[in-house]
Order: sequence, then structure tokens, then C-alpha cells
Amino acid sequence: MISPATWTTRHLQALVAALGRLLRRPLGALLTTLVIAVALALPAGLWLLVQNARSATGDLATAVQVSAFLKVGTSVERAQVIATAVRGQPDIATVTLITAEQGLKEFRERSSFGKALEALESNPLPHTLVIQPTTVQRDAAALERLRGTLAGFPEVEIVQADAEWAQRLAALFAVLRTLFLASAVLFGLGVLAVIGNTTRIEIAARLPEIAVTKLVGGSDAFIRRPFLYSGLFHGLLGGLLALGLLAALLASLEAPVARLVSLYGGQFRLAGLAGEEMLALVLAGALLGLVGAWVGAARQIARVTPQP
Amino acid sequence: MIRFDRVSKRYPNGRDALREISLQVEPGEFVFLTGRSGAGKSSILKLIGLLERPTRGTVTVNGQDTASLPARAIPAYRRRLGMVFQDHQLLMDRPVYDNVALPLVVADAPFRDIDKRVRAALDQVGLLEQVRALPSELSVGEQQRVGIARAVVGKPVVLIADEPTGNLDRGLALDVMRLFRRFQEVGVTVVVATHDLSLVEEFGQRSIHIDDGKVSA
Repeated sequence: MISPATWTTRHLQALVAALGRLLRRPLGALLTTLVIAVALALPAGLWLLVQNARSATGDLATAVQVSAFLKVGTSVERAQVIATAVRGQPDIATVTLITAEQGLKEFRERSSFGKALEALESNPLPHTLVIQPTTVQRDAAALERLRGTLAGFPEVEIVQADAEWAQRLAALFAVLRTLFLASAVLFGLGVLAVIGNTTRIEIAARLPEIAVTKLVGGSDAFIRRPFLYSGLFHGLLGGLLALGLLAALLASLEAPVARLVSLYGGQFRLAGLAGEEMLALVLAGALLGLVGAWVGAARQIARVTPQP
Repeated sequence: MIRFDRVSKRYPNGRDALREISLQVEPGEFVFLTGRSGAGKSSILKLIGLLERPTRGTVTVNGQDTASLPARAIPAYRRRLGMVFQDHQLLMDRPVYDNVALPLVVADAPFRDIDKRVRAALDQVGLLEQVRALPSELSVGEQQRVGIARAVVGKPVVLIADEPTGNLDRGLALDVMRLFRRFQEVGVTVVVATHDLSLVEEFGQRSIHIDDGKVSA
């Protein structure tokens, strides 16, 4: 049974040997790392685009709101009963009752028709229920069902659920998210292929050494170890370099985006990856490197037969 | 003990290297396999070292039927053997020390043991002063002795050698054989394939003559 100290030392040896080989051919290692970095940076850049676009449009994509206008003359008490009944419906997040008096007061404060409104003999505004559905109620069919429920109250005159534009924006973000996932999978496969192929080339260059190691009783796992560390390093460095590329991209976009935003009088600023997203990117690179090296090494090493 | 029971070996090119061969080597015995080149001596050693599998028949080494060993068990099996080859099979870009230490490193032996045993093995073959030398800086005879040190450093129970003196002059060849006999004296089973009959006569050990894939009388 191998002791933990010996096990650790063996792994450290394999790690240092892999690092040494990487440093002995810096140009090849750099080119491989660069390919991995670009493959990681592209989906990560798309992710940033989605996040920033969402941030720029606020919560509009999900701001679906239904308004039910009650018939003029409906009592406040009855309006409260209807509001309570709607709250009891499934998948309703909030129901706010804006009475006719509150509505008129708000209109007076926010508009410049204060004096004109005073000339009115009675309040022309109806009581209004502002209903916020939960996320599961935001598709078109669910909104239609909600509209039917509200229209079933005889006091409800008009139901307004104009969420088409918000749904279109949400659908656009859904497309971008799918595009991000598809590109992440495709470029991830690309990283696997690059590292797998690099590992195969490394193994081909060291076939005599591998054959001798097998001859004296070296297991496939022992022989594989330095190649796995090599893949891990490539992936790790690729992830770090991808972070650098994204930082450079953001820095180059900052001024033009700021100018664009100022033209619209907005407050938006481009955001980079959050700490945990950076960590995820680097870890994804390392994991892809490890798996790619495994894929490239496992079968090829198993096929080496020592030939005295 | 090594036992071959009606063993045949046919290579993919159709050549029959061994034809229903049966032989036995007792534990701690020193045996020469003799015969002309291509007679089947190397095939016998390859079957012992599990570098090849028999086409038919049973090869038993230290009570283990080699046919029943799964691929994942082969490395551990090989660590109990020492193998010496005519062309040494050394890692030319690694110093002598690393070459000799390799069987212990792959066996995950503790570092203290590795250092002690590598120095002891090199001392036995008279190369303790050359630990840092690269194999290419050594003579052919010295390279062969590095190969022998590597073969015995793991304290194998069986030592097999395929034409270990093929590239050596008479004096070095005798030195190598004396080394093998020293290992036999401490209980190691030694099987040496050679076509040099004068060596066999000089050392007076049992020999098994192989001719066209069969044991000849």
C-alpha cells in the first residue's frame, strides 16, 4: 500500500515533469494555450453580451403586468373583494388595488392638468387592479387564461395585458442564451480536441520511453499521469489567458459604449465577469484540459506494447 | 518455478515460433536456453515476461497461470520479474540513477528505499561511481550492467535475460554471467537465452536446447 507522502511526492514529480516539458517548448505550449484561450473566451464573451444587454434593458423582459379596469361606479369595498379573489388565483405574485381617488390624485400630481381636473364634476377614473403574475404565468396562453378569469367578474370592464414586446425581448434573450450554451458546448469540444491531439503528439514523441516503462512494470495510470497534468496546465493557462482576452475586449469597448450611453442620457456601464464566473471559466478550462488529455492518452498508452 | 505445458506460439505473420513445447525451471535454478537465432528462445522469454501470450498451452510462473492474468494485473506481475535485453532498453536521456530507479518508482516505493536499493544495485554491478552519467557516456558493457542493475533492483524472484552478452567481448561476457550466478546464489531463478555455447560450457549450468520451436534432446 502506497503511503500518502509517497503518493503526494509521485504526483508532485509528475506535475513538475509536466511543467518542465511545457517550459522546454514554450512556443508550442503558448500556441496551444492561445487556441484554448480563444475557444474559452468566445462563449464567455457571448455570456457577457447577454448579461450586459439584460442589465441595459433592466427587468423589462420579465415585466409582464396585467391591468383590470373596473366599471365606473363600482364601490371600493367590492373592488377590494375582487382584489382578494384575484389574489387567491394560482400563480399570481401581487395584486395592487388603485382606487379611483388614488388614481386621480396620482394623475393630478404627475400631469399638468391639475386645474382642468378640478373643473370635473365627478371622478371619471375607474378603480384599477394591477396584477403581477409569477414567472410561470408569463407565457401567452397563461396570460390569456388570466385575462379570461378577470373578465369573468361582472364589474371588470377592460383587461389590458400588453406584454407582447416584453415577451419578444425575453425570447431574444432566450435565443442568445441558447446560442451561448451551443457555443460553449462546441468550443468546449474544440478545446477537448486540441488538448487530445497535443497529448497524442506528445505520446508519439515518447513512445520508446513509454515502452521501457511498461517493460519494468509501469502501469498505464502511472504513464498517463504526467500527460494529464500537462493537459491540466494547458487548460488552466488557457482559462487565465481567456480572462485576459475578455478584460482587453471590455477595456476596448468601454469608451465607445460610454459615448453611446451618454447620447441616450443613460447610466449604463459595461460589466465584466463576476468573481465566481471568472473562477468557473478557469476551472472549466482546467477540467476540459484534464478530460482532453485523458481522451488523448488513455487508448494510445494502452496500445503501446513493449518490444524488446 | 516456471512451467511450460504444451505451449505453441504463432505470430500474426503466420510464423510458428514455438510448437507444443514443454519445459520446467525449478525455483532458484540457473538455466540456459540455447539454440540458433530464430529457434524460439526469445519467444520463451517473451511468454515468461508476458510480452506475448501463448497461442495454445499453459505458461505458469511462480504458481500463476499467466493466461488468467487480466491486462491490469500485468504491470504488477512484471515488477516481480527482472528482464535484461541485448540492446539494454535504457532511457538514453536519463542518468544511470534514474534508469536503475525506474522499476522502484513505477512500483511507488518510498524514496529512502529507492536511494538505498539503487546504490546497492549499482554497487553490485560496479557502477556506483557512474550514478550521474548518461548511458551514452558509458561503454556497451557498462550499459549492459546498468540494464542488469535495473533488472535486479526490485529484488525479482525470476531474472530473464535475452542474449545479454551478444554485444560484449569475452571478458565482459564472463563478468555478466558471474553476476547472474551471484543472483542465483541468493535464490533468484535465472533464465538466460544465448547462442554462445562456450559460455554454457564454461558455467556448467543446465541448458535447454531449442530447435525450430521445440525442445531438442
